[in-house]
Amino acid sequence: MATKKRVRVKVNGSDHETEIEPRLLLVHFIREVLTLTGTHVGCDTTNCGACTVLLDGRAVKSCTIFAVQADGCEIRTIEGVATNGKLHPLQEGFKEEHGLQCGFCTPGMIMSACALLEKNPHPSEQDIRWGISGNMCRCTGYQNIVKAVQYAANKMA
Amino acid sequence: MIPQSFEYFRPQSVSEAIALLQEHGDGAKILSGGQSLIPMMKIRLARPEFIIDINRLDLHYIKEEGGFLKIGGLTREADLETSSLIRSKYLIILDTAASIADPQVRNLATVGGNLAHGDPANDHPATMLALEAEIVAVGRRGERVIPIKDFFLSVFTTALEHGEILTEIRVPIPPSGSGGAYLKLERKVGDFATVGVAAQVAVDRAGVCRKAGIGLTNVGATPIKATRAEVFLVGKTMDKRQIDQAGQLAAEEAQPSSDLRGPAEYKIAMVRELTKRALARACERAVR
Repeated sequence: MATKKRVRVKVNGSDHETEIEPRLLLVHFIREVLTLTGTHVGCDTTNCGACTVLLDGRAVKSCTIFAVQADGCEIRTIEGVATNGKLHPLQEGFKEEHGLQCGFCTPGMIMSACALLEKNPHPSEQDIRWGISGNMCRCTGYQNIVKAVQYAANKMA
Repeated sequence: MIPQSFEYFRPQSVSEAIALLQEHGDGAKILSGGQSLIPMMKIRLARPEFIIDINRLDLHYIKEEGGFLKIGGLTREADLETSSLIRSKYLIILDTAASIADPQVRNLATVGGNLAHGDPANDHPATMLALEAEIVAVGRRGERVIPIKDFFLSVFTTALEHGEILTEIRVPIPPSGSGGAYLKLERKVGDFATVGVAAQVAVDRAGVCRKAGIGLTNVGATPIKATRAEVFLVGKTMDKRQIDQAGQLAAEEAQPSSDLRGPAEYKIAMVRELTKRALARACERAVR
């Protein structure tokens, strides 16, 4: 059994400190230790992006990083996107533009879109499609996802 | 889908990292971006006993100095994409970085890791071959510089010795009249290359090629430098006939295997086609 390591992370604004095995993936830390199950495990092969979270503001696939690597970092998950119960424009956009069906990819899509809009507040359709190119959706064909992000960009402009 | 258990270290300096590599021998592995290593650990194709996380080392930089473009080994692919220096003067590197995986992977993946991992499917090796780059490796005996043509030995095997860390990539600053491009054929966005071709040329005012570098991705056990095509081009006017011939020569130097991405004959044909297109784009950029 490996030596457990102490990690300190700020998740959605709250500080957490715990001891974990080095091999614990960030996605499992988020889901099982923090019980934030909005972040999903979709493929386990670093393809689908359902596990996407923001690590110090950058979109990363949380299934492909160890939780110990996030020591001292800030993490934002889907649970931290709404503020005081008010939906984020992206969440509103997914609702208004029917940007989801089963919803499994949606948290990851929103986190990637969040990072995109932070860097590029006025993305073209091409920019949006490129920005979510690490996130797969089996239901929608992406059209309404793009519209949802455009809705949010317009709202936030 | 859960890696084998390992001990984890996060050194604060290059010398500390090297000491850890020495101490733990063959069971120790460097963790850089982790976007190649961690997927392998999850399916237990890789089972390091000691992980040495170098992400906090001070090796993120992109700068021109002493006649070279110097890129720190920990520079993220996303940083290459957004660097104004790369975007203005090194379009071949921009092409390459942008072609790797997807935005999330590019936020973590490092150019050093892309080279050191030794996967013939990685993209930067072909580009660095075309640019005639040098690899700076630091180990117990200090620093040494490895020419890129001597760096890739076999599948997942580079000239890095155990106990060495790739700290920097040095690209000789191309002469004026230079241009380059990287083209990658893939089945879908985010895929590894079916075939990738990097082309870097220097063209004089008469349109004659003075220098040519061509690297091929994923058509052999290592990335391939298409030397015969390169030698052919020097001294020739860069017109369609010469470019076509160079494409043919590059295709003859490819040694692809047939696999899920296509039969070997198809890949060879694609090397020919992509080499022609990459050379054409490199020339366009050279005269701009």
